[in-house]
Amino acid sequence: MKTSRAFPAGLAALVVVFASALPAAEEAPTAKAPTVEQIVDSANHVAYYQGADGRARVKMTITDAQKRTREREMTILRWDEPAPKDKDKGKDAPAKKDQKFNGRQKFYVYFHKPADVSKMAFLVHKQLKGDDDRWMYLPKLDLVKRIAGSEKRTSFVGSDFFYEDVSGRNVNDDKHELVQDTDQYYVLKNTPVDPAKVEFAYYKTWIHKKTFLVIKNEYYDRNDKPYRTYQVSAVKEIQGYWTVTKARMSDQAAGRYTDVEYSDVKYDTNMDEDLFTERYLRQPPKEHISD
Amino acid sequence: MNARLVFSVVLAVLVLAAVSVAQAQDPPELPAGLRDPTGKPKDQPDLPKGLGGDSAPGLPAGLDKGGEPKPPVGIDEAGKKDNGKPKPAKDHGLFGTLERWDISGFWDIRGGFRTQPDRNEDDESLGETRLQLEWEKTFGHVTFRYIGDFLYDPVDDRRGSVDLVRGTGWFDLRELWGRFSPAEFMDVKVGRQALTWGTGDLLFLNDLFPKDWRSFFVGRDLEYLKAPADAVKISLFSEAVNVDVVYMPRFNPSRFIAGRRLSYYSPALGARAGQNAIIRTDLPNEWFDDSEWAARASRKVGRYELAAYGHWGYWKTPEGFNPFRGRATYPRLSVYGASVRGPVGRGIANLEAAFYDSRQDRSGGNPLVRNGEVRLLGGYETDLPELAPELTVAVQYYVEVMQDYSAYHRALAPGAKAADRTRHVVTGRVTRKLLNQDLTLGVFGYYSPSDADAYLRPNAKYKIDDHWTAELGANVFFGKDPHTFFAQFGRNSNVYAALRYAF
Repeated sequence: MKTSRAFPAGLAALVVVFASALPAAEEAPTAKAPTVEQIVDSANHVAYYQGADGRARVKMTITDAQKRTREREMTILRWDEPAPKDKDKGKDAPAKKDQKFNGRQKFYVYFHKPADVSKMAFLVHKQLKGDDDRWMYLPKLDLVKRIAGSEKRTSFVGSDFFYEDVSGRNVNDDKHELVQDTDQYYVLKNTPVDPAKVEFAYYKTWIHKKTFLVIKNEYYDRNDKPYRTYQVSAVKEIQGYWTVTKARMSDQAAGRYTDVEYSDVKYDTNMDEDLFTERYLRQPPKEHISD
Repeated sequence: MNARLVFSVVLAVLVLAAVSVAQAQDPPELPAGLRDPTGKPKDQPDLPKGLGGDSAPGLPAGLDKGGEPKPPVGIDEAGKKDNGKPKPAKDHGLFGTLERWDISGFWDIRGGFRTQPDRNEDDESLGETRLQLEWEKTFGHVTFRYIGDFLYDPVDDRRGSVDLVRGTGWFDLRELWGRFSPAEFMDVKVGRQALTWGTGDLLFLNDLFPKDWRSFFVGRDLEYLKAPADAVKISLFSEAVNVDVVYMPRFNPSRFIAGRRLSYYSPALGARAGQNAIIRTDLPNEWFDDSEWAARASRKVGRYELAAYGHWGYWKTPEGFNPFRGRATYPRLSVYGASVRGPVGRGIANLEAAFYDSRQDRSGGNPLVRNGEVRLLGGYETDLPELAPELTVAVQYYVEVMQDYSAYHRALAPGAKAADRTRHVVTGRVTRKLLNQDLTLGVFGYYSPSDADAYLRPNAKYKIDDHWTAELGANVFFGKDPHTFFAQFGRNSNVYAALRYAF
């Protein structure tokens, strides 16, 4: 079966909700070293697919080269397509959610701050292939606007995170090599299949061995110079899922960075897929969104 | 305070110390929570807080729980509920108080002037200051919202008299509604609200909810294009189809160009007119007698959104004339239509059609009532990263075909300018975001090859910080024949500037 596996390129905003690691006890490193593909898949799963669904309150603080700051605050809801019923999995099928199934996803973003975007809502139906479907709801016009979604490496809400960092870069868009195997980390070098589509020449990823959390991503230009860095500064185990709670994306070239903090994180909330429709764009689901 | 917590704090300090040493080196640090008591080779990131690493030597053995990541520093109570809503801003000033009371809003100051004289209008097109206050609260299962604007505009000669339907005076009630779900498959929203549906971009076929063309043409924020409607909206949801029914117990007209602030073409005078010939209307305004209904059935098929629409009410602008009273009227109108919207290539395409049944002139031979028409629209929007990042372009083609054109032509008053049977309009939109999305440059243009007229809306908006926004824009009308749709507004071309503080 073919699954699209979005790789935790930058992780980020949305991600958090999703970021976490496998329960450590079950996934204790075994004698057998995983293949690169397994590492990539596990890290991708940990970054974007933990639990059947998730939500988080996300606070972004954008600091520019003059040290002026801007804030964004939003609630992000994520829903995952359930794994197909234990098909060709046999007795290895996990009891709960399939730990490795990375299927279609839906995201709902409700903006709290700043004031000029407050109460706006943003809906993404992530496709396994091709462009995502995106909608924006502008409450004062009662307008549901559909947005072209082809541009993925542009800023998410004016921060240093890209859309792709938030919703996940397709793992098949890069070639992955294991360049280092340390005590703590698998270090991967990821080279784009189609270099014309991205601004980086390659990026390196530090994946924490025990949890498969991506702790750092470093993007390099064509002169092998790093110019953009994602780094996690705090994680927490929430409902058995290791979760990033603090991270920073730095744009060294511009002297800017964005700190992101996740709070009120919850997994497996039994969110209904119906929340991710026009009905709830026009009427935010208050039971999942605190004021 | 338990020992574990104390330990964690100590560990945190150690970790931080280790981190600061490690920071001198190339590899990323393990975030808090991932740190491991083993020493860290130089080419590795530090574990983050929460994964239990620290490179300080001499930690007692046995704290490393069998390969498990150490409890995250300071957050080690596993399973402890994280109710961590961000702390409220420590703002004890006015805005902090308002925030605690769930009040938000903005203060906006906005001025504009005509770029050419208009002998029937003032030189200033706009000069207002506006305070909008918004309050939203959910009590149990019902959400309430209020939005109201206090405004002062010396250009408005009727600022003293508040008319909440026509939108005049020092107060404008934008929204006041309650919303609840009486059943799982049903939402109800009752009260004054903004209502929008349809797929057009600044073109409306099946959206017969009230607009505010005055605000649109003088350069108020785009949110003012929608005039509020007093309505009950009932939405029903099912797997097969979703249905919205809107009942407006009293006719909600659009806020149209009547000559007070903006000049227009008067067929009676055969010339552009303004304050010398302000349009007086007979507004159908009896509660429940002069009501309107609108409905939409919609569903998604794959990634495509399909919808069918109906509207039973009145023309939203005065498209009729009562010669005995000398007043413009709002003839009865029914509209039926459909639309589809979805991805095509890498952009979004939309098609929409509507049939306008002008019920008081079905033969088309009454010169005092606008004829029925067919309206068609096709549009496409995409971003163009090849040309520039964060650049979006959109085009639309729109056509209005008058029904019973020969009857219209025969009935036309002698000397009156005849409209074309078919009015074609092409629109284009180019939007570019710059400076980390703080600056938005955009232009929207309408061009009618059949009328040989056009309307351009350039706009620049700059977010100074999280509260302040500055804006500069223009509304420019082109066209030689003063009776065509955009050219009639030729003397209203204006530039405007605004400053807004949002809280």
